[in-house]
Amino acid sequence: MSRFMDLKRGDFMDDLRKAVEKNMQEFGFPVTIDERSGALQWVDMRGLRLRYIVCIENIMPFFEGMRRGKLVTTKCKKCGRLFFPPQKDCPACKDSEMEWVELKKEGVLETLTVIFVRPPSFATYDPYTVAIARLDDGVRITAWYKGDPQKVKPGQRVKVKISRRKEGYLMYELVPVEG
Amino acid sequence: MIFSFLRKNHDRFHRNIRFTISLNLLKPPNSRKTYITKNKQEIMSENVAIIGVGHSKFGTRKDVNLPELAWEAIKPALESANVEQKDIDFYVVGNAGMWSSEAAVPSLMAEYADLAPKGSMRVEAACATGNAAIRVGYTAIKSGEADVVLILGIEKMQESPNPTIIELIGRFGSYFWEFENFGLTFPGYYALYGTAYMAKYGATEEDYAKVAVKNHYYGAKNPYAQFQKEISIETVLKSPYIAWPFKLFDCSPITDGSAAVVLASEEFAKDVEDKIWILSQGVGTGTANLSKREDFTTLPSAAYAAEQAYKKAGIDMDEPWKYLDGANVHDCFTAPEIIAYEDCRFCKRGEGFKLIREEQTYIGGRIPVNTDGGLKAKGHPIGATGVSQAVEAYKQLLSQAENGRQVDIENGKWLTHNVGGTGHFTYVTIYGLEKR
Repeated sequence: MSRFMDLKRGDFMDDLRKAVEKNMQEFGFPVTIDERSGALQWVDMRGLRLRYIVCIENIMPFFEGMRRGKLVTTKCKKCGRLFFPPQKDCPACKDSEMEWVELKKEGVLETLTVIFVRPPSFATYDPYTVAIARLDDGVRITAWYKGDPQKVKPGQRVKVKISRRKEGYLMYELVPVEG
Repeated sequence: MIFSFLRKNHDRFHRNIRFTISLNLLKPPNSRKTYITKNKQEIMSENVAIIGVGHSKFGTRKDVNLPELAWEAIKPALESANVEQKDIDFYVVGNAGMWSSEAAVPSLMAEYADLAPKGSMRVEAACATGNAAIRVGYTAIKSGEADVVLILGIEKMQESPNPTIIELIGRFGSYFWEFENFGLTFPGYYALYGTAYMAKYGATEEDYAKVAVKNHYYGAKNPYAQFQKEISIETVLKSPYIAWPFKLFDCSPITDGSAAVVLASEEFAKDVEDKIWILSQGVGTGTANLSKREDFTTLPSAAYAAEQAYKKAGIDMDEPWKYLDGANVHDCFTAPEIIAYEDCRFCKRGEGFKLIREEQTYIGGRIPVNTDGGLKAKGHPIGATGVSQAVEAYKQLLSQAENGRQVDIENGKWLTHNVGGTGHFTYVTIYGLEKR
């Protein structure tokens, strides 16, 4: 006797796909039964994969800086306001005359967390530590902290390092100050 | 039929009817408001009232689709307000969406709930979507553009599997500078606050756990709550880490749910018996990036919104709790409830964790907070949360809350604090039994 496949915990999406395939063949619809409520569900046939294309043209020097191992950002030529992340326009002066300046790659760690439950798009990474540090120039930076999170506390000094990610691209990170 | 064959093995729980609020059903029909259309000269309404409310059961609602879930709130809201769809001038739908299939929710409701062709709008302000929707209705009535506005907050998060939701909700920060490269999750953003707060004031993970224990204590008394079960501090402390220092039981759940309120002008509401008034609203906006903020022990948008709300309502900012009977604050995680105590000035800076330690936010304490279970135990259907808080203000102020969680109403004022994103948007609303 045939029946709809029930979903068990485990690889939810794989099981779901299998159940839907089977139910579609046998009963004619991409449906499944919700395990807990027993309610009938139609499983969308139209998946969606999102990938944004973001303009970085106007902050290009930031990426060029990282290629040279430097952290650079914008500073308003008129009022001297320092921006991080870098931005093209100064909202105070309503002026877009910016200069690119190099930031000191040291500062004080202000807070941190360890992300145990990761988004699927970060599934290839082990739990990672995200921290916010205040750089000596005054701006704050959010980045991964590469070091033992149990051995660091808010208030301790950290450095910024540029390194290559698993996916192959360059990104800044925070590391402990030796000694 | 094949479907009925299947159901033999499954108990289906139709909770729809059992769990909807029908507060004013017993009212005789002649108490129905006979509203005489005023000269269509638009008159600014000095005050705005909530004249009816509705609330679905929150939780995993695989038993209904989106419009069916919405109807569970709309129907009792219309009934308790004693109005028909034709009386509604405008309606606002708070729905963050993305995880659910339908995008044009107001139109879907026009069709399903007979609201066409009345004007409508969908509102999104992350987790503050619900109160943002109320804001739109409130200002529409204040401006004289509308007399009766229906506000619906709805979210059907579980149309997507949990990993997809974790992926989507992590993007509520600054997409490029926080999510794309550093994979922050929603618990992660607030954990950065939780860590900073502990470091600055010496609060502990156990203090955070106490917030969860309190909110589950009240959730257990709320038939609309997702989790109607009390928990112990050990349950929280032993649960697995999600984003250190937050564990599973520090986090609000992924929830399906709907809530609705009917707002009315002073003129329309004047003969309505059961009503509360919106005394004031304060709205604040914070930076996209956490790194653009000075301090991780306060949400500047919330502190600003609370100040605005107190100022407009004429409430003493030094001891506002003396004017309030209770509050709903945005406890998406445990630490933010404590930070909310401080942003709302229920205590001095750095003393929020002492309030929970001393059980001052239970009924009988300085100010009862989240007596409906909060986001933590009642559940957090993003777009519905702010509206659900308004429903709670209505029920509490009119002493209609369930046994064991009704606050003694003495001052006749209730505060709600609804935060969107990582402190991106905060709406603080003060409700009262008496108009201003």
